[in-house]
Amino acid sequence: MAIDIPRIPLGDWIEGGLDWLTSEFSNVTRSISQVTQNGIDGLNDALMWLPPWALLLIIVGICWRVSNYRLAIGALLGLALVWNMNLWTPMIETLTLVVIATLLAVVIALPIGIAAALSDRLYRVIMPGLDFMQTMPAFVYLIPAIPFFGIGSVSAIFATVIFSMPPAIRFTTLGIRQVPEELIEASDAYGATRSQKLFKVQLPMSLPTVMAGINQTIMLALSMVVIAAMIGAGGLGSEVWRAIQRLQPGAGFEAGIAVVILAMLLDRITQSLGKGRKS
Amino acid sequence: MQDDNKRNVKIRVRNLSKVFGNRPKQALELRDSGLKRSEIFEKTGQTLALSDINFDVYEGELLVIMGLSGSGKSTLIRCFNRLIEPTEGEVVIDDEDILSISAKELLEARRRHFSMVFQNFALFPHRTVQQNAEFGLEIRGVAKQQRRDTALKILKQVGLDGWEGAYPNQLSGGMQQRVGLARALANDGTVLLMDEAFSALDPLIRGDMQQELQELQHSTQKTTVFITHDLDEAINIGDRIVLLKDGEVVQIGTPEEILTKPADDYVKRFVEGVDMSKILTAEHAMRPVRATARESDGPRTTLRKMSENSIDSIYVTSRNRTLLGLVEIDSLELAAQEGKDDICNIMTQDFRSVGLNEPLQNLFAMFNKKNFPIAVVDDDKRLLGVVVKGTVLDELAQVGENK
Repeated sequence: MAIDIPRIPLGDWIEGGLDWLTSEFSNVTRSISQVTQNGIDGLNDALMWLPPWALLLIIVGICWRVSNYRLAIGALLGLALVWNMNLWTPMIETLTLVVIATLLAVVIALPIGIAAALSDRLYRVIMPGLDFMQTMPAFVYLIPAIPFFGIGSVSAIFATVIFSMPPAIRFTTLGIRQVPEELIEASDAYGATRSQKLFKVQLPMSLPTVMAGINQTIMLALSMVVIAAMIGAGGLGSEVWRAIQRLQPGAGFEAGIAVVILAMLLDRITQSLGKGRKS
Repeated sequence: MQDDNKRNVKIRVRNLSKVFGNRPKQALELRDSGLKRSEIFEKTGQTLALSDINFDVYEGELLVIMGLSGSGKSTLIRCFNRLIEPTEGEVVIDDEDILSISAKELLEARRRHFSMVFQNFALFPHRTVQQNAEFGLEIRGVAKQQRRDTALKILKQVGLDGWEGAYPNQLSGGMQQRVGLARALANDGTVLLMDEAFSALDPLIRGDMQQELQELQHSTQKTTVFITHDLDEAINIGDRIVLLKDGEVVQIGTPEEILTKPADDYVKRFVEGVDMSKILTAEHAMRPVRATARESDGPRTTLRKMSENSIDSIYVTSRNRTLLGLVEIDSLELAAQEGKDDICNIMTQDFRSVGLNEPLQNLFAMFNKKNFPIAVVDDDKRLLGVVVKGTVLDELAQVGENK
C-alpha cells in the first residue's frame, strides 16, 4: 500500500537557481574572478620572487617576534624539511590561497559578526545559516563554484571562504556579547554613542575572542584549500591528489606532512598574536 | 527645615514611577486604585519598582538614598540618567526635564551632568588607569593633551599618582574604586552619582573612602547622590537622607532627624542597628561645671571649693570664663603648705578640650589615665561645660532604652 508521494524536486530547484545566478550574474562573477585571480597571482609571485631561504628566514623571524625561540626553531626545521622535499613551490601556492581566502572571509565575517552581536533579530537569522554552512559537507561547495568561476584557484577561494567564514562570525558575535553588561552601562552613563561604545569598549574587549575565531578560520581554510585541489586549486593539495591517483603513499605522506607543518606554523603564529594583544 | 527654601534645587524629582513589565499602564492604574506592590505583582506579573517618588536634590549637597535590596534605590539612580527608562514622572535638572528630551539631547545631558561611580567599579580592563580616568573626556571629544592633564591631576588627587600606566586588574579593590572615582571626577559632570560605590570594599578601606569622599565633596561642593543599603554609611556621610522602602519614599531628613524622629516603625527598626555614638555629640553628654576656680583665687580658696563639691581637679577660668588651665588637688595642697598665693603657676594644660559638635565616639579615646573631665568650649575658648566618662556612657545607655 505504497502511497505515491511525489518526490520534492529540491535538487532541481537548486540547480535551476544556480543556473539562473550563473547566467544573470556572469558579468559579476567574471569580474570577481578576474580580481581574485590577480590577487592570487600577485601574492604568489611576490612570495615566489623571494628565494626560499630568504622567505624561510622571514617566517622564522616572525615566529621569534610574536612567540619565542622554540617556535622559531620549529619553523626553521619544518620549513627546511619542506624545501628539502621539493615541496616549496606547492607550499607557497597553498599559503597564498589560505591568506587570500582568510582575508576575504574575515572582511566579510567581521561586519556580519558585529551586526549579529548588536541585533537579536539578525542573530536569530544568522545562526542557523552558520550551522548550515558548517555542517554541509565541504565537497559540495566545490560543485557550484565551477559554473560560477570555472576550474581553478578562484573557485577554490570561493568554496574556502564560505566554508571557513562561520567561526570568524561566531567568535566575533560571542566576543562582543561577552562584554559585561556593567561596562556597557558605564559607557552609556558617560554618554557614549553606539559607535563610540563599539570601537572604544566592545571591539577592543572582544579582540582576544575575535582572534581565536580568525585562528579557527585559518585552520578551516587550510583544510579546504587542500580539498579544493580536486577542482584544480594547485598547491600541496594537488600533490596529495596526484599521489592518490598514482597510488604513491610516500609522496602522499610527504605532501601531507608539509600541510601539517604549514598548519602548525599558521596556528601558533595567530594564537600568539591573539594572546599578545590581550595584555 | 526652613533654610531649605533658600537653597538652589539642582535636581527635582516629581511623581516618578517605574514598572518593570509589559503592561505598565495597568500596573499604575491598580496602584492608583490602592493596591500594594505585592498585590499588583500577584495580579499582573508587573513589578512596581518605584511608585510616586518626590524629592529635591540641592545644589552642592551630599544626598544619600538609602534602602534595603529591592527597595528600588538602584533603579531610582538609573532613572536620573535614563539608564533605566522611567514609566512616568519628571526628573528636572537645571530646568531641563531629562525624561522628555530626545536621544541626542540625552547623550549630551549624560556627558554634561552625570558622572557615575559603580558598585563593582565597572573599569575597562583593556585600558590603563589613566585611560580609564580619561574615558568621559574622550567620549566628549576633549583634546588628547587636555584630557591627559586633567586625568593626571585627578589621579593625583585620589592618591593614584605613579599608577597611571597600570591596568585595573593589577590594583586592589580600594584602588580600583579610586580609579572609578577618578573617572567620574575627571569627567566633571555637574552631579556625581554613586551607586553603592563603597559596598564592595572591606570595612577599613571603606571608612577611609567615606572620609575622603566627604573631604572631596566638601572642598568641591559637587552635588552628590549616593546610594547605599547601609544606614551607618548614610548617617556618616549624608547631608540628608532619602529612605526608600518597597519603591516608596518613607522619610526624608538629616541624619539626626532620621535617628531621633523616625517617621514610622520601619525607619525605627532600621535605626536600631545604628551605632548612636557616631551621631551624638559632646553637646548631648555635656554637664554644667559644678565649680571653677578664678585666676585670682589662692590655693586655699580653691581647695575649699573642691572639697565642697568633692572633686579632685578643677578648671581655672578668667573673669569672662575663658578656659586657662586645670589644677589638681595634690599640687594645690603642696602650694598651700609652701605658703604660695597664686594658682596660675601650678596649672597644667594636660587635659582635652573639644567643641560642641565633637562626636561622642571620639570622646572615649580622649579620657587619659587620670580621667579628667573633658572641657567643652566654644569658639572663643569659653568654658561651656564638661563631659565626664560616666555621662558619655549614660547618654548612650539612655538612647538605647528610648529606641
